[in-house]
Amino acid sequence: MNMIYMLIGFSILLALIFLIAFFWASKSGQNDDLFTPAVRILFDDEPEKEITKGIQFTHKDEKSDKDHPKS
Amino acid sequence: MKENISLSVQTQCYHCGDDLPAAPYVSDDKQFCCLGCKGVYQILSRHNLSSYYAYNEVPGASQKKAAQHFDYLDDAGIAAELADYTDDSTTVITLFIPAIHCSSCIWLLENLYKINPSIVQSRTDFLKKQVSLTFRNQQISLRKAVELLTAVGYEPLISLQDVVKKQQSDHSERNLLTKIAVAGFCFGNVMLFSFPEYFGLSRFENTFQSFFGWINLAFAIPVLLYSARDYFISAWTNLKNGILNLDFPLALGIAVMFIRSAAEIITHSGVGFIDTLCSLVFFLLIGKWMQQRTYHYLSFERDYRSYFPVAVTLIKDGKEQPLPLNELKTGDRILIRSNEIIPADAILLKGEAKLDFSFVTGEALAVEKVLGEVIYAGGRQLNGAIELEVVKPVSQSYLTKLWNNETFGARKDNIKTFSNTASKYFSMVLLAIAIGAGLFWVSTDLNKAVASFTAVLIIACPCALALSSPFTLAAVLSIFDKNKFYLKNTAIIEELARINTIVFDKTGTITNPESKGFEFTGQLNQEEKQWLSDLARNSGHPLSRELVKWLNLSPSYPVDQYREKVGRGISGRVNGHQIQLGSATFLGLTQQDKGSVVHILIDGNYHGFFLSTQRWRTGFRQLAQKLGQQADLHLLSGDQDHDRSLLAPFFQRADQLHFKQSPQNKLDYILKLQNSGAKVMMLGDGLNDAGALKQSNLGIAVTDNINNFSPGCDAILDGAAFEKIPQFIRLAKGAVRVIHMSFVISLTYNAAGLFFAVQGLLSPLMAAILMPLSTITIILFTTLAARFYAVKNKLL
Repeated sequence: MNMIYMLIGFSILLALIFLIAFFWASKSGQNDDLFTPAVRILFDDEPEKEITKGIQFTHKDEKSDKDHPKS
Repeated sequence: MKENISLSVQTQCYHCGDDLPAAPYVSDDKQFCCLGCKGVYQILSRHNLSSYYAYNEVPGASQKKAAQHFDYLDDAGIAAELADYTDDSTTVITLFIPAIHCSSCIWLLENLYKINPSIVQSRTDFLKKQVSLTFRNQQISLRKAVELLTAVGYEPLISLQDVVKKQQSDHSERNLLTKIAVAGFCFGNVMLFSFPEYFGLSRFENTFQSFFGWINLAFAIPVLLYSARDYFISAWTNLKNGILNLDFPLALGIAVMFIRSAAEIITHSGVGFIDTLCSLVFFLLIGKWMQQRTYHYLSFERDYRSYFPVAVTLIKDGKEQPLPLNELKTGDRILIRSNEIIPADAILLKGEAKLDFSFVTGEALAVEKVLGEVIYAGGRQLNGAIELEVVKPVSQSYLTKLWNNETFGARKDNIKTFSNTASKYFSMVLLAIAIGAGLFWVSTDLNKAVASFTAVLIIACPCALALSSPFTLAAVLSIFDKNKFYLKNTAIIEELARINTIVFDKTGTITNPESKGFEFTGQLNQEEKQWLSDLARNSGHPLSRELVKWLNLSPSYPVDQYREKVGRGISGRVNGHQIQLGSATFLGLTQQDKGSVVHILIDGNYHGFFLSTQRWRTGFRQLAQKLGQQADLHLLSGDQDHDRSLLAPFFQRADQLHFKQSPQNKLDYILKLQNSGAKVMMLGDGLNDAGALKQSNLGIAVTDNINNFSPGCDAILDGAAFEKIPQFIRLAKGAVRVIHMSFVISLTYNAAGLFFAVQGLLSPLMAAILMPLSTITIILFTTLAARFYAVKNKLL
């Protein structure tokens, strides 16, 4: 049953790691703005050719292929 | 047919959504209301940023207003002051941009590097409306970066009082969250190690008892020394000042709990109350967080400095140079361009001054000044550039002098809350019971005496009591928020419930600054309208002037036999017809007027009436009626008294209408009311109300756009919610009732616990159940009751 002492030690250690992770997140300002990141993630990483209305097609082809290798 | 189609396709500006003028500006088949909007569109489309228009329809802000000049940003000293961080190659600056309002704004502002690659990174904080820019200062100057923002329609507001800096240095919420995290972490772990004890240990497992006890004790130490620190500090400072606030019994309870637990664990005589201690601190901190969580993105502390620019253009030896505003001296010659603010009282030397004083007085009509006239600080120049000579330094100006008043030195945080009053008695009664219980047992059983004394302090620790106020008020605060009424902090709600006198400012507060119009009921042909317009043109009465503006006809007939009865009506002969315009009594009509009504008689025949709509804010009449029943209404206006007769019917007592009031007069008037025992709520909007707002028990700034400038106040009310003020007051009164009820509930729990505690029978398990149970009851009750009152007052 002495194993229990070790297990308890590990479980507390694990919890402490999460607590420290929270400290780090808080200190680096991740909890300061909870709204903008939620919007930011919805923006598409659009290839530029879609929005250039066909005019600058030729020299943008290369880059958009890199963004979407298979399509 | 073709014309019809193109009309139905686009009737509003592609960029900002304003109505299109007769000859709109066109680019790429898109139509724009002004050159500014078109310019922004062209920049964006040139840099492949047209998705800006895909995320939202008409995402832009109107570009009709000319942008400010940012020459002063080239001044190294000013630039260094504004920047967050600068080295040889990079600069980081946080700018406040009022125009941020939708996801397109975030997207565009974070894609600025596509327009100018010298901008390394731009991060938007939507709620605070701030952008943090990182740029290579060798390739782009601060001024150029700011001008780039302005060019895409996001002009930053750089003012003398830097709100951005103050917010950045404020980490109190972060600290509180860390404290909650520590308390929560310890609480969770302690619970795990306490359960075996409560569920009963077998003989074999008894070997762990002291081990678990020591672990629990170790967990209690950070909670006691870090998370609960503020309670000890607060209790101690208050005690030194002879005040018994609620923090005193809390701190005492926490300390006693820890000492008794430590003693029990060290002596192996018990398991102590460590889990109760941790849960108590955890819940208390959550309550504190609820109470503090207000609108950090709205600024309630603004004064003239947040409205004034950082620098002004000085003319010295015929050359223009930027000068920081606080270095401006009497006798300096300054240049004010179009759309800039006049920062100090000055004499007009050159140019045509047409000034918009709406920030100061709330009056939207521009004022013209002639050469040699003194212009007071705070006006915004609308015409071309003017030159002025400063006659008073910034801080001594007519307007800014107000802030030297002692009212602005004193902080208004001495609002008497119910929980502060109640806790004084609570603490005394608690101490009396604890000592009484201890004395009762001391002669017979010393152990029991100590046990009962400490148990009383532990079980009566007013956790639920401390939470009832924050949770009720936080719930009410969020209901107010939904109704566009934004309070600085929760204590304001209790103050709102006590209000018995209400003082209104006139222009911009009870009148709607923008929309004025008439509703016509009756019959008139075009010719008859022309006659009315010609007649009304002769009168200086505001209603006549508005009517002429509204009818929008050019003069064509002369008027004979013109007569005006001031404030009642006008009459005259136009094109051979006898025309009378005015109130029902003036025309001898029997009906009652509702609102500002202009009746029409042509040759003695009744042709209907014009109802002035929105001259007062929607529902002001009903509002004044309802409020008049429960409070004393006053009016303080900086204007001439030409509206006295119009306003008199709204107020019960005509002698409580005061006109031509200076900012200082307003402040003094509030003070006079307060000295006669009144609890004053002031509603104002301009800088000239700032003194009165500050002096009053509850100052509310009324604004039509909450992100616009509003003077320092306790609450900001959106103009759209103006008519809900009586409901807000009723809800605030309901909230106070809820707090009283929840006090009773938590006292019941305390009494039940005390019943066991005084007999020295309190077990740790009982405390561990009672404490969270009472807390949860209070949280549920206050939240539901607050919602109930909100529904009852039609605010949800």
